[in-house]
Amino acid sequence: MADITETSAPATRATPAAPTRRRINWGVIGDHAILIAGSLFMLVPVCMVFMTASHDPVTIHREGLQWWFGEELEANFSAALFERGGFTDTVDGMRMLTNSLILGVGFAIGKIIISMMAAYAIVYFRLKFATLAFWVIFTTLLLPLEVRILPSYEVIQSMGLTNTYTGLIVPLIASATGTFFFRQFFRSVPEELIEAARIDGAGPLKFFIDILVPLSRTMIAAIFIIMFVFGWNQYLWPTLITTEEGFFTLVRGIRQIVQVIADGNAIPEYGQAMALAIIAMLPPVLIVVFFQNWFVKGLTESDK
Amino acid sequence: MARVTLEDVRKVYPNGFEAVYPCSFTVNHGELIVLVGPSGCGKSTLLRMVAGLESITEGEMSIGDRVVNDVDPADRNIAMVFQNYALYPHMTVANNMGYGLKNRGMAKAEIEQKVNDAAKMLNLSDYLERRPSQLSGGQRQRVAMGRAIVREPDLFLFDEPLSNLDAKLRNQMRIEIRSLQRRLDTTALYVTHDQVEAMTMADRIFVMNAGRIEQIGTPSEIYHHPQSTFVASFMGAPPMNLLPARTTGNTHVELADDLALPLVSHVDYAGPVQLGIRPEDVRLKDGGDGGTPFKLDIVEELGATRLLHGQLAGHAFTVAIPHEERSFDDTLTLDLPQDALHLFDHETGRRL
Repeated sequence: MADITETSAPATRATPAAPTRRRINWGVIGDHAILIAGSLFMLVPVCMVFMTASHDPVTIHREGLQWWFGEELEANFSAALFERGGFTDTVDGMRMLTNSLILGVGFAIGKIIISMMAAYAIVYFRLKFATLAFWVIFTTLLLPLEVRILPSYEVIQSMGLTNTYTGLIVPLIASATGTFFFRQFFRSVPEELIEAARIDGAGPLKFFIDILVPLSRTMIAAIFIIMFVFGWNQYLWPTLITTEEGFFTLVRGIRQIVQVIADGNAIPEYGQAMALAIIAMLPPVLIVVFFQNWFVKGLTESDK
Repeated sequence: MARVTLEDVRKVYPNGFEAVYPCSFTVNHGELIVLVGPSGCGKSTLLRMVAGLESITEGEMSIGDRVVNDVDPADRNIAMVFQNYALYPHMTVANNMGYGLKNRGMAKAEIEQKVNDAAKMLNLSDYLERRPSQLSGGQRQRVAMGRAIVREPDLFLFDEPLSNLDAKLRNQMRIEIRSLQRRLDTTALYVTHDQVEAMTMADRIFVMNAGRIEQIGTPSEIYHHPQSTFVASFMGAPPMNLLPARTTGNTHVELADDLALPLVSHVDYAGPVQLGIRPEDVRLKDGGDGGTPFKLDIVEELGATRLLHGQLAGHAFTVAIPHEERSFDDTLTLDLPQDALHLFDHETGRRL
């Protein structure tokens, strides 16, 4: 509304004097300038990475990041994806992509399941210490992985879960944020719906699966987006827990390529690293784009 | 056959609040009982206790021949229609109606048959594949009804089912619900705060106030013989006029020193009372002797009737007269028919 009044007021003033001249609206221009600057700030580095990925490592090593396309785009990408590398020569880009996907999806789904169930218990069952339990869960926000990394590692290691997907995913899936979001959502579900379900003979499990889960789909989608990206970008924990290259994730793999400069004084495959970085960026972007559509649809089709 | 019997049923919340004082009554098979009262009077609590959604603190409740105090809502063979319909937003109309049957383990074909029958009865056949969000308020209301019907319950429970509808639709649904309940010959408990719904739909009305059942009776009994000032003023729009007066132990009631009205029968009680008279029972007097002076303040035009607000013996008083009556002076003379006078105890408000 503010925008309309601002633009229309000068227009009416200007019209009688000079009907053909339009006044320049500095406010709008300023807004756009900020937006454009912001998008450039976000996008230019990505474009540069993409362009640099099309050069051979020697050029990149000599001249730094590139501002235009080179010859090696295809070669770098296929090498990044399919050429076996690493210390043991067993891991290629596809393998790492798969690992990252498993981590991201497992992480997101695990978090959703765990936090939904926790929230369900807290909200719907008359537990003695439900509120206390919730706040205890909530305070674990103060204890991110970085704080508890040594004990967590100790536990996983003593269970023999290093270099397994289980070890990679399970220690990360307890989620205070997820529990909190689902708790708030469940509390907003009308009481009558629960009572109607009770009269319809739906027990706790049926109510959860038949009614609560479908009702939460937009919440699930939102949390999936956040958690998938979060899981995909995990670096510290995978670095610690996976020593076999067959379990490396993309984010780790990029570093691994650049690592050789320290190890063997060779020129790192910069082009491949850039290509891998682009590949690592794609899935989260796709997930967001894909789910956003779905998310908006879920919101506008509001049926409560 | 489903009779509902309550014996000294009582509800006390853990914080000590007595929501429903011990009450006993029987609802006969096929009856439509309306529980009416102001908000917070315990009518919804009572209904939810019958549904099994609230526990019963004391007393015994039975539906049919079965004591249901500890029976799960799903096993009481009841169906409930909620104020906001409580339809499952993610299910189609057909699934909404069939969900309870599905949970009972009924075969798919049978569910479909029953849902289709109910849909036909409620004119919902074209909407079976829609979601509740794609329906109008009245249609949602009918889906909620359908969900109740397909279960073939012993007892319908309605919790203010019409209060989310606009006035026109409400009148229409009122009639639909009533005729449906008659046709299905199912006992029903209906909670509302709307006295028009109560009067028009009920076989018997239970008027509740502050956790107590004030009066049980047919609409006409409730209206013409209110057992307390609460019932008298709650039922009827505009409400019954209540004036402080006194009886002297004979056949008259005194409104003021020089204003005594004859009563139909002798009243033994002498002392302060409350005199009640329905606005529509009052007549304007064309002249002649006697009559009660009335100082007119405001005329409300309602179309079919006119409401005259003013003062009678120094107290606010309302008169309802048919629209064809003539124009009005500031001071009118009223005729208060003696058979329209109700006397209530000054303190307790009970009928004398």
